[in-house]
Amino acid sequence: MAPQLLSALIKKEFLLEFRQKSTLAGILVYIVATVFISALCFKKIIHPTVWNALFWTIFMFIAVNVSGKSFMQETKGKGLYNYLYYGPRDFILSKIFYNMLLMTVLSMLTFFFYSWFVGSLVQDLGMFLLTLVFSSSAFSGVLSLMSAIASKANNNISLMAILSFPVLMPLLLVSVKLSKHAIDGLAWSVSYKYLLILIMLNFVVVALATLLFNYLWKE
Amino acid sequence: MIKWWKILSALLILYTLVWGMLGPVPHLNILHETIRNVYYHVPIWFAMLFLMGHSVVYAVIHLSKNTLKADIISDQAAQTGLFFALPGLLTGCMWAKYTWGTWWTFQDPKLNGVAIAVLIYLAYFILRSSIDDEQKRARISAVYNIFAFVMMFVFIMILPRLTDSLHPGNGGNPAFGKYDLDSDMRMVFYPAVIGWILLGLWILDIKKRIALLTHKQNEQ
Repeated sequence: MAPQLLSALIKKEFLLEFRQKSTLAGILVYIVATVFISALCFKKIIHPTVWNALFWTIFMFIAVNVSGKSFMQETKGKGLYNYLYYGPRDFILSKIFYNMLLMTVLSMLTFFFYSWFVGSLVQDLGMFLLTLVFSSSAFSGVLSLMSAIASKANNNISLMAILSFPVLMPLLLVSVKLSKHAIDGLAWSVSYKYLLILIMLNFVVVALATLLFNYLWKE
Repeated sequence: MIKWWKILSALLILYTLVWGMLGPVPHLNILHETIRNVYYHVPIWFAMLFLMGHSVVYAVIHLSKNTLKADIISDQAAQTGLFFALPGLLTGCMWAKYTWGTWWTFQDPKLNGVAIAVLIYLAYFILRSSIDDEQKRARISAVYNIFAFVMMFVFIMILPRLTDSLHPGNGGNPAFGKYDLDSDMRMVFYPAVIGWILLGLWILDIKKRIALLTHKQNEQ
């Protein structure tokens, strides 16, 4: 696995994304609209648990929308060319890393709009952002593989949700717990255990996805 | 021909069902006589985990050897395992009603883990039914099976140990863990585990044979 190849592949993903601005713009509008709707519905959220739950629900749906489509655009011929030319491992890794970067940026944006419209209750911003980064990357890892699976099964969009929601649950619960700690401003000595689990889950997810994708791409 | 382990399974389950009700148990706070549920509830979950493990092992075998037979066994084991979730949930709910005062609670990581495990395997069957091509279905569902099992394993095994559970033995509740010290309970609990796992294998054996024969028939 050459790092240059990987970075070239990631660059290709970015180029494709920016060349087709409508999808990225669509996601941005999706984020703003969702947050705006929740701001209209809730007016002002003062209860930390409600704030937390709503934020992570929005986060999860955005993640499914963003990373979920990563294999939807691969046509049969293009996919075959990619797999043969780059090899499945580099290919899935580039998808995962690209989704990680994109999702991290988008989750920050979501948090920005969310705290602008709904108000921020976070006391420990550092811990919250750290949680956001690591859960974005873990979510992207899971969803990239799930998207690959769903794309093999006739590209069914509801199948994507059915497959990924139960698998995402452990990640989501750790993230919710961590971000609740950040909202309450608890000491890091309380939270570091969960942060370690989240980081460990990242490694598990990426390793598994790379390993299993080998078997997935062959027609 | 009936194999010896099938008879053993029936005898062990019969023994634990009867002696589990009649045998002596230690008297602990909160639990009292409901501690007997450890003979039924816990072994059923062990059997389910064993069958899910069986399913994953055959998914790995399928990916490495590419035989459809392994895929059929993997599918049948997952079905049998999911079937075991039903009595596991029922015994758990009944027990919870008498000790916690509620049928179900979202506070407990083990309960959430089970709910997610059931969802994962339902998703697995939906995935299987949405792909028509046999080879493709076998490979893709094997991939999902392995991935989902690891995530479920992480959830069921690791998370409850880090957050407080309402289950006995966690968070200051009186423990089933004491059965390790109590030889009376051990004499029932371990045979029950073996008996229920063997029963699972028995059901799997029958289902597997039916599925393989149906597969053979469809090929002709």
